[in-house]
Amino acid sequence: MTQLQARALVKSYGPTPALRGLTLDVAEGEIVAVTGPSGCGKSTLLHCLAGILRPDAGEVIWRDHRIDTWSEAARSRLRRTDFGVLFQFGQLVAELTAAENVALPLLLAGTGRRAARTAALTWLDRFGVAELADVRPGEMSGGQQQRCATARALVTEPQVLFADEPTGALDTLAGEQVLTQLVRLARRQRTTVLMVTHEPRIAAYADREIVMRDGAIDHTGLGLDAPMAGGTR
Amino acid sequence: MGVVSTSHVLLGLLATGTMHGYDLKRAYDERLPQARPLAFGQVYATLNRLLRDGLVVPAGHERLAGPDRTAYALTDEGRAALDQWLGTVEPPMPHVNSALLAKVVVALLDADADRARTYLVAQRRAHTDRLRELTALKTAPEATVDDVVAADYAIAHLDADLRWLRTTLERVADWHREVHS
Repeated sequence: MTQLQARALVKSYGPTPALRGLTLDVAEGEIVAVTGPSGCGKSTLLHCLAGILRPDAGEVIWRDHRIDTWSEAARSRLRRTDFGVLFQFGQLVAELTAAENVALPLLLAGTGRRAARTAALTWLDRFGVAELADVRPGEMSGGQQQRCATARALVTEPQVLFADEPTGALDTLAGEQVLTQLVRLARRQRTTVLMVTHEPRIAAYADREIVMRDGAIDHTGLGLDAPMAGGTR
Repeated sequence: MGVVSTSHVLLGLLATGTMHGYDLKRAYDERLPQARPLAFGQVYATLNRLLRDGLVVPAGHERLAGPDRTAYALTDEGRAALDQWLGTVEPPMPHVNSALLAKVVVALLDADADRARTYLVAQRRAHTDRLRELTALKTAPEATVDDVVAADYAIAHLDADLRWLRTTLERVADWHREVHS
């Protein structure tokens, strides 16, 4: 069943087009990697689908609701409940401990303090960082921070997880450990995942890879900016 | 990148304890799960050679319902040969010898850009499919350390091929622009 759709999305930053009429269907529980050269519009696509950015034209449809026309407040609420968002640098709140960071989305959604802490500890444990529950991000390694951030993105058990270069700042092994666990949990809970990456090795964790070029899907999968020698595109 | 020395791998397996030919074959498959499969005949032929060279000795017979089964043990010479092999650096890519490289070079020589492109699109797809397959294999909850290590090796090489394919395509496109501008 299609869960999330982009319909002819167009988005420009001033005179620079980032998306040129992109259409994409994502099924429930599907793990999709969006790849392509830098500047191809992959992050813009992710931000439009997650309701962080509004497209200039086209539609974003989530379970039969057209969400791109929703107010900022409504989209923001959606990101606290049904959507999870994970960035390259975890963006944990520096003043809060790991457990407080992970509990935060639940508290914002109205869960009681105690239940939120319990859930946070469970999720920290799933990412192997339960012992860091009372540690602040400043005292953690990059890999540990990203594990906490991933736990935070999944603690609300979102329907869709949006991840923008989720392991981009980590070394190979740490990145792989985070990703392996993320994919296992997503499959278990049938969470749909949309992940932006420029690395084929990371895209290989997904069920399907979408290659973008110049604001659109490149069906050749090559993601080349320029035509081949003497060839047509 | 060299050819795997079956004799040394068998010596290494025997370093963990006495084994029959059959056990050796099984241990080999288990330790190198993604390697080209080793035939029983090859195991026995290799054992005979190791025996002749004094690197292994028979360590008792066992006659069950089936055929005669000889167990083998590593000798001091065998241990020394193994140590020497483990201490020798593998020549890093002594010959740049790959079917993929050869095909791309020939495709470019042929200067039929459409055909080269069709081939590259298909090759990239085959590479990414295999990359996905190996990634699924190593992330499966039941994957062993040996599975993961073997998959890592293959993944790193496929990843390198994909990067190289991309760079080559960009390089050719650049070169074409220069020539035709």
